[in-house]
Amino acid sequence: MTTREAFARAKAEGRAALIPYVMAGYPSRGADLELVKQVLPYADLLEVGLPYSDPLGDGPVIQRASEVALRQGIRVADVAAFVREIRALTEKPLFLMTYLNPVLAVGPERFFQMFKEAGASGLILPDLPPDEDPELVALAQGMGLETTFLLAPTSTEARIRTVAPYCTGFVYTVSVTGVTGVRDRLPEGLPELVGRIRRFTGAPVAIGFGVSNRATARQAAQAADGAVVASALIRAHEEGRGLVEVLKEVQAGLVGAPGPVH
Amino acid sequence: MKLPSYPLPDARGRYGPFGGRYVPETLIPALEELTEAYLHYKNDPSFLAEYAHYLRTYVGRPSPLYFAENLTRHLGGAKIYLKREDLNHTGAHKINNTLGQALLCKRMGKKRVIAETGAGQHGVSVATVAALMGLECVVYQGAEDMRRQALNVFRMKLLGAEVRPVESGTRTLKDATNEAIRDWVTNVRDSFYIIGSVVGPHPYPMMARDFQSIVGEEIKAQLREAEGRENPDAVIACVGGGSNAIGVFAPFAYQEERPRLIGVEAAGHGAASGLHSLSIGAGRKGVLHGAMMYLLYDDDGQIRPAHSVSAGLDYPGVGPEHSYYAEAGLAEYVGITDEEALEGFRLLCRLEGIIPALESAHAIAYAAKLAPEMEPEQVIVINLSGRGDKDVVEVMRIMEGGAA
Ligand SMILES: Cc1ncc(COP(=O)(O)O)c(C=O)c1O
Repeated sequence: MTTREAFARAKAEGRAALIPYVMAGYPSRGADLELVKQVLPYADLLEVGLPYSDPLGDGPVIQRASEVALRQGIRVADVAAFVREIRALTEKPLFLMTYLNPVLAVGPERFFQMFKEAGASGLILPDLPPDEDPELVALAQGMGLETTFLLAPTSTEARIRTVAPYCTGFVYTVSVTGVTGVRDRLPEGLPELVGRIRRFTGAPVAIGFGVSNRATARQAAQAADGAVVASALIRAHEEGRGLVEVLKEVQAGLVGAPGPVH
Repeated sequence: MKLPSYPLPDARGRYGPFGGRYVPETLIPALEELTEAYLHYKNDPSFLAEYAHYLRTYVGRPSPLYFAENLTRHLGGAKIYLKREDLNHTGAHKINNTLGQALLCKRMGKKRVIAETGAGQHGVSVATVAALMGLECVVYQGAEDMRRQALNVFRMKLLGAEVRPVESGTRTLKDATNEAIRDWVTNVRDSFYIIGSVVGPHPYPMMARDFQSIVGEEIKAQLREAEGRENPDAVIACVGGGSNAIGVFAPFAYQEERPRLIGVEAAGHGAASGLHSLSIGAGRKGVLHGAMMYLLYDDDGQIRPAHSVSAGLDYPGVGPEHSYYAEAGLAEYVGITDEEALEGFRLLCRLEGIIPALESAHAIAYAAKLAPEMEPEQVIVINLSGRGDKDVVEVMRIMEGGAA
């Protein structure tokens, strides 16, 4: 299933797309796939995080998860194997979320090859403004990976015009000026922000950072085509609550009645 | 006074392949705004007059260029001069940069400054200028470093700063830097981030270099007076992120006639031990804290913790301009171990009555190797980046048998 199809299907069903986040190696080797199985029925697309030592775009929840995963000795090759395992379970689009340095360390071509072969659909690079390295972006795209970059409430029209065309997967719109984390409310002004973005791209737009409950999901759905849920899922796991509880709540905000999408 | 104009970085903040802006998109507009403001004020006479005024009357510039006669005689080779940044207010070169950035912050109408600190030297320096300028100040410091540097934590508090412990990652400087950047991402509209070295996204490495280059410019004038020539034969400086070194390298690096420029990295327990801060000596190109630079990381790109007896050199990366100098051969980079640095520390105490910062002691230790191989009419300038008051407790612990 392509990314566009995944968003289109959600839309046809009167929903904004739900994009849960899971991290390779969290909460442990093997148990990460259990979390995938819990979230997959609710997912239109899936975001898979590669744990990193210095996640400067992330708040405390994802930082903690990264540390847990790295303590398990999770390597890039393990993350690729994890993607392969997920791919065996689903046709849905899988986006790898990774900071840039692991890509550079492995070598961009080899890195992209590994994840393409594993079944990833695309990449999200939170610390790479695409115009910093257009060749790297072109390389990924040329190898059949879609690319997704971030835009934010601070983004000027000039930045939106620059970044949006590089988003061949979807546009990841950061809801707040801040890092990832759980929030009760998102700022006002999201529809205006997404409206500004849509002037420069036809790609689907998803809201991320802070979507955690029915209210925030509703705000995301009113503005955009989808919502990423990350910290709220990890926190639910930390607190020993079921992920499904969070997913149902978020889904209720994205749509009418809750329930598995497939 | 004037701030310099060097050929690099280019308009995109690049020094060859190094530098750039590898940060979350949220920050890009703020970095653009900062670049524009800096490029405006660096040519603004009233800004420059204000900066010059505080440098002279508050920091105590120009710092002396001192002919270290005893050290010269002891080593028996080139004449050794010390550029006395240790005599600056707050005891190190750091304030040349923090003062410039705090003045810029004020001109930009921001009321809150954020900083990261390792041992606390940069944090104290930022807390100092924040007190001076009436700015709210938040300093991030690794919880582990706060424990090791309790005195500097107290100094920052005395100066009115809030010190926030960082519990993530290795709980040291690199994690404090991550946390400061996260704060900035969150409060970017009303806060100014003062980075402590020539690292971070463009325009930080350029700004910090320009504010530090006064040190090298003073050396030229002072050497003309002392030796009748502007260029020494060698300039030696320790390299953590690289701000004190770039301050004495950049004014010479782009000239046709260049002295040897020698950056001294911390070799810790030795290159082979894995416990070192040899970003250039043992690192590879990578991205951390917003810039492409030489960096210590493992095969998967996970950042490797650095080690040095001196907390100020304990950083896994090195500024993009140094990375470029190393690649282009404009400067040489060498390593000095913990043990050698401690020997350099003792040497300067005994021979010159100057207690150097452990960081600066790395530069002394390398000069002690180099000077005897040079001719008596040749001249070495060492950037004595800071004083050692902050280090005496640690050195006492080590001399009494503790591990470095
Ligand atoms: C006295 C002194 N020298 C050198 C350094 C290293 O920093 P840089 O390489 O930016 O000069 C520090 C950092 O804290 C310092 O305090």
